[in-house]
Order: sequence, then structure tokens, then C-alpha cells
Amino acid sequence: MTLVLAADGRPLKASLNRALRRQKLRALMLIAPLLIFILVSFVMPIADMLFRSVENEIVVETLPRTVATLDGWDSESGQAPDEDVFTALYFDMVLATEYKTHTRLGSRLNYEMTGISSLFRKSGRGVGRFDTDTYTDAIQAADPAYADPAQWAAWMADDTVRAALPMTANTYDAWAAMIIETEEDVPAEEVPWNFVFTSLYLEVTEGAEPPVALDLSGVPLVSLRDQFADVDEDWLDPEVWQVVKIYSPEYTNGYFLNSVDRFKGAEGAEVRPENEQIYITLFIRTMIMSGSIMGMCVLLGYPIAWLLANLPARKANLLMILVLLPFWTSLLVRTSAWKVLLQQQGVINDTLVWYHSTWFGQLLDPVFMGLLNICYAFVNVITWVWNVINGIWGGTDGLYMDWAVAGFERLALINNQTGTIIAMTHILLPFMILPLFSVMKTIPISYLRAAKSLGATNWTAFWRVYFPQSVPGIGAGCILVFILSIGYYITPELVGGTKGVFISNRIAYHISSSLNWGLAAALGTILLVIVMGLYWMYDKIVGIDNVKLGG
Amino acid sequence: MKTTMKLMATTCLTLSASLAVADGHMANEMTIVSWGGAYSSSQENAYHIPYAEMTGVTIINDESSAEAVAKLRAMNEAGNVTWDVVDVVASDAIRLCDEGLALEIDFDEQLAPGDDGSTPTEDFGDLLVSDCFIPQIVYSTTFGYRTDLVGDTAPTDVCAIFDTETYPGMRSLEKRPINNMEWALLCDGVAKGDVYDVLETEEGQAQAFAKLDTIKDSVIWWSAGADTPQLLADGEVVMGSTYNGRLFSLIEEQDQPVAMLWDAQVFDLDGWIIPAGLTPEREARALDYVRFATDTQRLADQSKYIAYGPARASSAPLVGQHATLGIDMAPHMPTDPANATNTFLYNYTWWADYRDDLDAKFQVWLSQ
Repeated sequence: MTLVLAADGRPLKASLNRALRRQKLRALMLIAPLLIFILVSFVMPIADMLFRSVENEIVVETLPRTVATLDGWDSESGQAPDEDVFTALYFDMVLATEYKTHTRLGSRLNYEMTGISSLFRKSGRGVGRFDTDTYTDAIQAADPAYADPAQWAAWMADDTVRAALPMTANTYDAWAAMIIETEEDVPAEEVPWNFVFTSLYLEVTEGAEPPVALDLSGVPLVSLRDQFADVDEDWLDPEVWQVVKIYSPEYTNGYFLNSVDRFKGAEGAEVRPENEQIYITLFIRTMIMSGSIMGMCVLLGYPIAWLLANLPARKANLLMILVLLPFWTSLLVRTSAWKVLLQQQGVINDTLVWYHSTWFGQLLDPVFMGLLNICYAFVNVITWVWNVINGIWGGTDGLYMDWAVAGFERLALINNQTGTIIAMTHILLPFMILPLFSVMKTIPISYLRAAKSLGATNWTAFWRVYFPQSVPGIGAGCILVFILSIGYYITPELVGGTKGVFISNRIAYHISSSLNWGLAAALGTILLVIVMGLYWMYDKIVGIDNVKLGG
Repeated sequence: MKTTMKLMATTCLTLSASLAVADGHMANEMTIVSWGGAYSSSQENAYHIPYAEMTGVTIINDESSAEAVAKLRAMNEAGNVTWDVVDVVASDAIRLCDEGLALEIDFDEQLAPGDDGSTPTEDFGDLLVSDCFIPQIVYSTTFGYRTDLVGDTAPTDVCAIFDTETYPGMRSLEKRPINNMEWALLCDGVAKGDVYDVLETEEGQAQAFAKLDTIKDSVIWWSAGADTPQLLADGEVVMGSTYNGRLFSLIEEQDQPVAMLWDAQVFDLDGWIIPAGLTPEREARALDYVRFATDTQRLADQSKYIAYGPARASSAPLVGQHATLGIDMAPHMPTDPANATNTFLYNYTWWADYRDDLDAKFQVWLSQ
């Protein structure tokens, strides 16, 4: 085999590769801005947000010493921990209060146990007033060298002193770092605070050798356990400590357990009491209602898309504008318009009442009543399924409402699931119509004619010839509508009342109101996994290659 | 190749331009965040315009107060706080302060003394509920009712809400446990002073939910302050809770057949916080603005435009007439003695603890 050479004498293959590589590189450089943009502004923030669903560093960062000593505490004992843990808590709390991180931890732990928020807020104010100043006074009275900041700095730079007094060295270092950062002072010019003297006292009374001899035999121990209990009795409650202990690891599955109506107890996952179970119901409701909305969109969108694709150009354009016009209108305007139409004193109900009061209304009632009921049942036929399913779990909702049974009362069309389904079907309809239209546009009408000329009935021609070719459009529309609707929260919030709200409303609440971003992230992750699971199922059953957005 | 180069050059230019914009927080501009609508325009008239005239600072309005807590946290984490002064309700201010997202204020040092010579701490009194929060107005969440739908006996008692026999029809209540739980207990015979003690217990919570159960089918739950006024105007509800200023404009400005039911109105506070982490220069300017905007005269000025009571005691005598309607504003203030015969004090610290827990239970109750 002879080597084919290019004009410059190199092997053709290498030369080609080089040219191709350069082209690839150029292409990559062209899309690089977009790629970087998507990575920086989309993928990374989402990954960061999802990561919060397991991240839990705040406890160990705020209370490092407490968490370390709490290892030795037996959470089964039914007793609050002993003095050692409270001493560690004292050091941590003084520092956290200075860094203003204690209230933050309080709000974090308050998600797990009510009352911890104010416990931490109160204790932050309390730790500065503990009786540990008696140690400071006694030590400084015993030897004035301990009141000299420069002397302290010198000792703490000396390795032998540090080895003799490890705890004091540790608290002094933390104090010095805090002085530099929060007070912007020089540690060598400030006398250490009470908590440094507390650790010195504790070490000296346990027999450690201080740099300058100290006799502290007459100085009584100040029980920090009692001091904390004075600030708030709750510190003696073992349940508080259990929460701290359970949530002390840097990563937790607590948020995920919360999002499936469980909680992280001492022995692992436990089911929440019934009056706190909400998320699983909401997940199921979101799925079923999104499915209903998707179904409604197919039913309503298919004929419209067919018309769009098959009418003469002029009429089709007009129809297209009618489809797109609401699409361009603000979401809030459309939702508010549905409120005006659907509410009890709204346009639809007013018309029905007016109709009933007229003579022909009276006359035609039996006929129209029947028709109306059929229409109404038709509109709700899919959601009725939801009602049946819901009925199995006990709670029924007056979603499917028989007008005749209601006896000319005004219909409850809004602030319930009916409202959400009607408004969202309208809002998402273009997302069904447009992919359907673009697929139908490519199906030659001559196929139908051919089928009919070969003896097919209208129905057979449609069902056997036309419909299978439009399935990719239905698939694309369904995926679009379903995925958009499970993430919707504004419309359900406005027209959904109490039973027409989605899981996304809770996510929005935890993001913007309760600031429980961990839980919001966990709920979001579950939602994402469900969508990906459904997508996978769709791929297995229908095949994702069968989805077309156009052409 | 030429096109490629051009494209790349454009991309680079756009990127650097957007970076420059993001970076250039103009020296003489400040962004003030508030709630929008009539409330923002009252602040514009009473504070922003005079302050801009006095100092030459350009004030940019941002209407994001409803999401202020979440946005401030996000800005803080990103290390780029673009807001200078933020208007929030007291409970949000407490949360922001707890999270270390708001600046702590030395009230006597950094705020103007009252016109009557009192120190700011005395002048604001009990309204200083957080170290980071400078109160601006006292508003109340209270009820309005349709005068034409209540029959001959106009309601005078908040428990009319639970009386569906005398006052049939729908009511609107806020879609959250706060206030509703308290009203339910008050109308179930719990003494005003005991409400929070009772609500701390499981039985007390069950009692409140049981009371709310009696009207659950006749309630439309609202989540935006504008909902109740609209529902009242449409005749969708007989009575509903909302902020008193919204009802004022419904009654006085839009002339709807609606009247106030001040009984057991729940006082709440709205005011300023300054985000933590501003540059010293921006922080100083924000403090300067807040000092100006919360002095005695400015707080009294705001009540010309909206029916919320000034937070300073020294401003009360200066409350005058509505700027365009020409009616006396004092009788429309939630703090007016005639309106405040029976008021309920909202317990911030209690709710800071119980909010997460009760909100979850409330949502479960709603969906049952």
C-alpha cells in the first residue's frame, strides 16, 4: 500500500486530520461563548442549588467544639449532656455571637425543631453576661501578669506553654482571630475575654502548669450548664441536643426525608405525624393534574393544529394570530382574565343565571341542562379520574360538579382544581399547538386522498394514515406541556385555591419565604428526577427519536 | 474566517460591556427597594423627591420587597449586594437580622432625634423589635365588609367572620396561619393575653384549626394584598381581611360600598433595613437617607398619601389631610383611638419560632 501524499509532501491522512482539527477547533471557539455562558449561568447554579439538598456544614462550622464533645454524649440517656459539652458550647457561642452566626444556625435548626431559633437568639444575648468574669478577676488578682495583653501574646507564642495548656491555646487562638476579624484590633494590645480565662481556670484546676504559678483553690467553679439553663430551660431538654447531634454531620439526608414526609430521628427515618404530611400528596397531585392539563391540551390542540395546517393560507394565518395573541399576552393578565370569567359573580356564572331567568331558558332548560351537563362532564372527565383516585385516599373534592344537582347555584369554577386546569390548559395550549402544527404541515394531504381513493372511510383514513404520522408532534407537545406544567406556580397560586396548588408552590414558599433552601432543593431534585424518569419511560415506550418539534 | 473573527470580537465586546455595567454602581445613585403601588408612590412623594432635591442623589426604585429576604440572601452569597435600602415588614427584618444579612443600627446614634426632643429609642418605643429594623409605619391587618350584603346588622365584632348564619356568603382570609390562628382562638373564647400560650400546645393548635374548620368551605384564601379589595369590589365575598391602607383606598378613593371592621385588628410594622456588606461609602449614604426619611416630619408627611400610621410618637400630632382628597387622615389611621379600642399585638418572636412548624400544619389542613 502506498502512502498517499498531499501537495506539501506530508501524508494525506495527517494533513487532512490537521485541517479537520483546525475546523473543529474553530467551531468549538464559535460556540465557546454560548457553552461558557450556559455552564456559568445555568449548569453551575443549578448544580450548586441541588447540592444544598444534602449540604449541612453550618452546624459543625458554627459549633465545632460542641459537635466534637457531643460525640461522647449518649442520646438515649434522657439527660442533657454534662458540663464538658456546655463548656464547649460556651466557647462556641461566644465566638458565634461575635461573628453573628448563632442566629443563622438557630433558624437552620428551627426547621427541625420549633423553638431553637429563639433559644439561640436569647443565648447569644446571654453568653456575654455569664458569671465567668469571676475567673478573670480571680486570675488577674492572683497575678497581674495575666492582665497584660503583651504577656499573653508572648505565652501563646511559646510552644511549651501551648503544650501545657492546649485548651487555653485553642481558645486564645480563636479569640485572637476573632479580635482581628470583627473588632479590627491587635490581639497583643487587648486583654483576652472571659472565655479564655475560663479555659485557663479549668485547665489549671485540673493540674496543668500555668506560665506563672496560680493558686485558684479558693475560686469556685461556675457551672456553665446552670448558666445556660438560667438563660433558657430548654438547654436541659435532651431533645434539643438530639437535634444538634443528628444534624451535626456535614452532609445530611434530612432534607430529602422531610420532602417525603419523614424526619430524621435518633434511629433513622421516621414518619411524620399525619397533620404534617403534605409533600407526597402534593407530588401526586402535581403529576395527575399536569397529566390532565396535558390531556386537555391534546384534545383541544389537535383539531386546531389540523385546521391550521390544512386551511387555505389566509384563513390559517388569521387562526395562527388568534393562537399566538394570547401567547404574547402577559401571564398575569391572562390569569386575571380567567378570574373575571370564572368567579362566582363572574361572566360565565352571570350568563348562566341570566339564561336561566329568561323565558327560553325556562323552556329549553331540560334540553340545555342535559347538554351543559355533558359538556361539563367532558371538560372534567380526566380530572374526574383524579377525584376517584383521591376518593380512595379519603379526601374528595367537589371538582366534578353536576349542575342539575347543584340546582342552578353558581358554579365553583375557580379557587379549586377546575380553575387551575382551565387556566393552565389555556396558557399552555400554544405549546401543544405549535409542535403539532409544524409536524402536520409536513404530512401531505394527498396521503389522505390516496387512502380514500383506495376505499378507506374518513375515519380509517384519519386513524390509520394521518394520525400515526402526527404522533411525533403529539409526543413533542406532551413533553413540553407536561414539563412546563409541573414547574408552574404562579397560575396555581392565583386560581388554584387550596386544592389546586402544585409542589412548585411549596418550593417557591421555601425559597422566598421560609428560606429553607435545603428543603426547596431537595423537593426540586425529586421533581427533576421524576421528570427524567418519565422522559426515560417515554423514550422506552414511544422512542425519543419519534419526537419532532418541526420539519 | 473574517466572520468568525468579527463574531468573536462582538462576543468579547458584549461580555466586557456587560461586566462593566454590572460593576459600575454609579457613584451618585442609590437603589431603594419597596412594595410598589400606592405605597411606593407615598414614599416617593414623602421621602425620595425631597431627598433627591436636597442631595442630588438619583434614587432608583425597585419593587422587590415581597422577595427581599430571598434576594438579599442570594446577593449576599454572590458577594454583590446591589440594593442600598430595603423596605420590609418586621418579621422579615428579624429573619434578615438573624441571618446576618442586615446591618445592625445604633438607633440613638444613627437616627434623628424626635421633633419634641425625645431620643429615637424613646420616640419609636416598643416598635424597635429588631436591632436591624428602623420602623416606618404601623399598619394593621383588619377586615372590610360589604355594607349592602350584611343585612341590617352591620358586624362590629371580629367573630362575625365565624358567624355564617348571620352573615352568609364567602369570606377572604390570608393563605397563611399568622393572624388567622389568633382570630380563631379569640373567637373560640380564649382570652387575648393567653392566645400565644394556648397556640404553643398541640391542643391549642387543634382548637384553632377546629374553629377555622367551621368556615373552611366559605373561605377564599388570598396571597396578594390586592385580592381582598378586588373580591369585595366584585361582591365575591361579604367580608375579608387585608391591610387597612388597601381598604382605605377602596372605600375613600374608589367609593365602594365597603366599611371597616376595626375590631381585633392586628398591628404590624413596616420599615427599613440596610443590607450588610455594602462598601463604607454606600453604607454611609444609605444611613444618611434613612436618617432623613425617618425623622418626625417625613414620617408624618407619608400619612398624607396613604392611611398608615407613622411609627414615631412625635409624628402623630403632625398627621394632616390627604394630599388629593382633602379629608382628615387621623380617623383612618389604625392607631386612632376610636379604631384601636380592641387591637391585637402580633408576637414577632413567637412566630419566628413557630412559623415553620405551623405553616406546614396549616398547608396540610388546607389541602384536607
